[in-house]
Amino acid sequence: MAAQIKTLKIDGRDIGARSDETILEVARENGIGIPTLCNLEGLTPVGACRMCLVEVKGARRLLPACVTRVEEGMEVTTSSERLTAYRRMILEFIFSERNHICSVCVSNGHCELQDMASRLGMNHVRVRYQTPRLPVDASHQRFVIDPNRCILCTRCVRVCDEVEGAHTWDVMGRGFHARVITDLGQEWGTSETCTSCGKCVHVCPTGALVEKGRSVAEMTKRTSFLPYLKSMRDGRE
Amino acid sequence: MIPEELAEMALFERETQQQYQHQINVCVASGCLSLQSDQIRESLEKEVRRRGEERWCQVRGVGCMGLCTAGPLVSVGPFTDPAAALYQEVQVSDSLDIIDSLGEGAVSRLVCPTDGPFFQRQVRVVLENSGQIDPERIEDYIAADGYEGLLKVLTEMNPSDVIEQMTRSGLRGRGGGGYPTSLKWTTVAKAVGPRKFVICNADEGDPGAFMDRSVLESDPHRVLEGMAIAAYAVGAGEGYIYVRAEYPLAIKRLRQAIHQAERLGLLGNRIFGTTFSFHVEVRLGAGAFVCGEETALIASIEGKRGTPRPRPPYPAEYGLWGYPTLINNVETFASVAPIIRNGGDWYARIGTEKSAGTKVFALAGRVTNTGIIEVPMGITLRDIIYEMGGGIPDGHAFKAVQTGGPSGGCIPEDYLDMAVDYDSLVQVGSIMGSGGMIIMDDTSSMVDVARFFIEFCMSESCGKCVPCRVGTVHIHDLLTRISEGMASMGDLSTLVELCEMVRNTSLCGLGQSAPNPVLSTLRFFRDEYLAHIRA
Repeated sequence: MAAQIKTLKIDGRDIGARSDETILEVARENGIGIPTLCNLEGLTPVGACRMCLVEVKGARRLLPACVTRVEEGMEVTTSSERLTAYRRMILEFIFSERNHICSVCVSNGHCELQDMASRLGMNHVRVRYQTPRLPVDASHQRFVIDPNRCILCTRCVRVCDEVEGAHTWDVMGRGFHARVITDLGQEWGTSETCTSCGKCVHVCPTGALVEKGRSVAEMTKRTSFLPYLKSMRDGRE
Repeated sequence: MIPEELAEMALFERETQQQYQHQINVCVASGCLSLQSDQIRESLEKEVRRRGEERWCQVRGVGCMGLCTAGPLVSVGPFTDPAAALYQEVQVSDSLDIIDSLGEGAVSRLVCPTDGPFFQRQVRVVLENSGQIDPERIEDYIAADGYEGLLKVLTEMNPSDVIEQMTRSGLRGRGGGGYPTSLKWTTVAKAVGPRKFVICNADEGDPGAFMDRSVLESDPHRVLEGMAIAAYAVGAGEGYIYVRAEYPLAIKRLRQAIHQAERLGLLGNRIFGTTFSFHVEVRLGAGAFVCGEETALIASIEGKRGTPRPRPPYPAEYGLWGYPTLINNVETFASVAPIIRNGGDWYARIGTEKSAGTKVFALAGRVTNTGIIEVPMGITLRDIIYEMGGGIPDGHAFKAVQTGGPSGGCIPEDYLDMAVDYDSLVQVGSIMGSGGMIIMDDTSSMVDVARFFIEFCMSESCGKCVPCRVGTVHIHDLLTRISEGMASMGDLSTLVELCEMVRNTSLCGLGQSAPNPVLSTLRFFRDEYLAHIRA
């Protein structure tokens, strides 16, 4: 069935959209920024970070903009005092969960988490830092994973599975003990599925996945390849 | 099997049972089995054989009789026997006396009175066969009108008639949410797909809840029949029962039941010679609480990591392997066959207007009569706890009752006269949940209770979304500090803020309801929190 055209309101603005688009996509097309962390154009959205929660009139709960499709007559509010407070608290949670000390991070200045914190004005963490000491895996020839910087957005898992097709990455453990792993929880360097393509490194929003040999603030990332790759593939099908 | 054979088989089985002058039923569900009721059954059988009375006296294993606290339970029948009685706390050494008493008069020292409110105030629909039939024999179930509901829908009703009866019954999902069952069935029936699935959620994970376990161990065929009727109504051909691996006996009996039903042609291809086919398989959960959430459960059956995904799309539209899927829990399916046999209106007359029918509760904690009860909706908490439960033991005073497990709340004395139904429980900050009821007396610290439940949610969070994964850690952290007397008033307001945020932003029901025990104890037992706060 072909997509239908819907009209809706986002932050009071009348907007037209295709029925197969999400609130996030439509908002961005119209220059309305909704903060996101786990979302990345070109990957299947999972609605895990909860940064993109928006208020929809008549809905019982807040809805994640990245996975919620537009509907006729929808009235969406993307920013309010309550939403900002929740988004800041999510950032506080992420900063408190592991080691996110920017000044000694290779991604300092090029980190989506850091940018988000300054954009949303999160300048204090009111909850206790947990800072578990997780082992760094530098066994791969070209890349390093530092799980202490990981925010479990699962972008690496998705890009490896959906785009590269290797499915080297996955998640192990529950709750606070969840971690991304390579293959069956072995050292990255011993992984037989990894093609060393480096896509996971470039989609990682923080300094958790980096190239070797970078010093503080030297690691810059490139994600623009992803939408192109995706559209080329979709076009070929 | 052709339709006439079912009636024949039921008749034959009833006649066979009537040939026995005496029947000794030993509970072989988990509660009594943990007290070696299997040895009691063996010694009774041995003694009957030794006396050469096998033709007159039958020794059977039956399902749960409810009063687990007095186990092992043994009942002697039929009613006409002067020795007919329910025996409690039976020992292997009592076997001789029990057999000697048959036809004479009950063994008075073992008799468990059944005229009290615990038994008399129950209305048994889901548990009608529980403790009455041998869960390991399909013939016993058939003799108790088993599979008659399935026969009726397949030979006399359209799928839409079945849903019509379910609508009339007013049955709401017994897994906790209370979503109208017929509405769920309608959406799956209307969904378009080349295949459809029916899933039974038997991943009962709430601490202190053991209703579904009891149903599966005592009357597994009832659940299969309910699933088959549902499958016919929604147009599904395949079903899965997702049982937690911690229930080995339930799994064994379910598998046995499926095998027996398939052999008789009550499951499988062309059931009762009609064009309807339905295949059921058992899938085991590996101990994750979150897999009770429907989308996580589906992911787990698919062989993936058991994590929930945002809804919509709901499983009714996009479920197992992307096909329309109906998910109900054990008790919901177990209510289906009686509704079909007796009609939806009959069921709607039980209970209250908005919460029809009966609900099975597992009484646990500081209450005299622990066990399983089935009561009409609308009964008061006071009746359940004081009348049926026999009150609080050892002279202690009642403090709170926790309903709905880690997703529920604690209800204080003031609300005991409230009627138990879906909506009233929500109003006092708790939920019906699957039916666990944990009673606490004045020795329990409510801060510790809240901490226990949040610890449970913290370790059972799947880790997918940030609020649940990290928020529960911080809530637990704050509660620990409060209970150690290390917290300030500021921490208490942070606690409330965190709870509200986790509730409003988490991805699935686990995170959304995890703060409930904290918020409800804060609402009703604020003093206890304040007593711990550093001055």
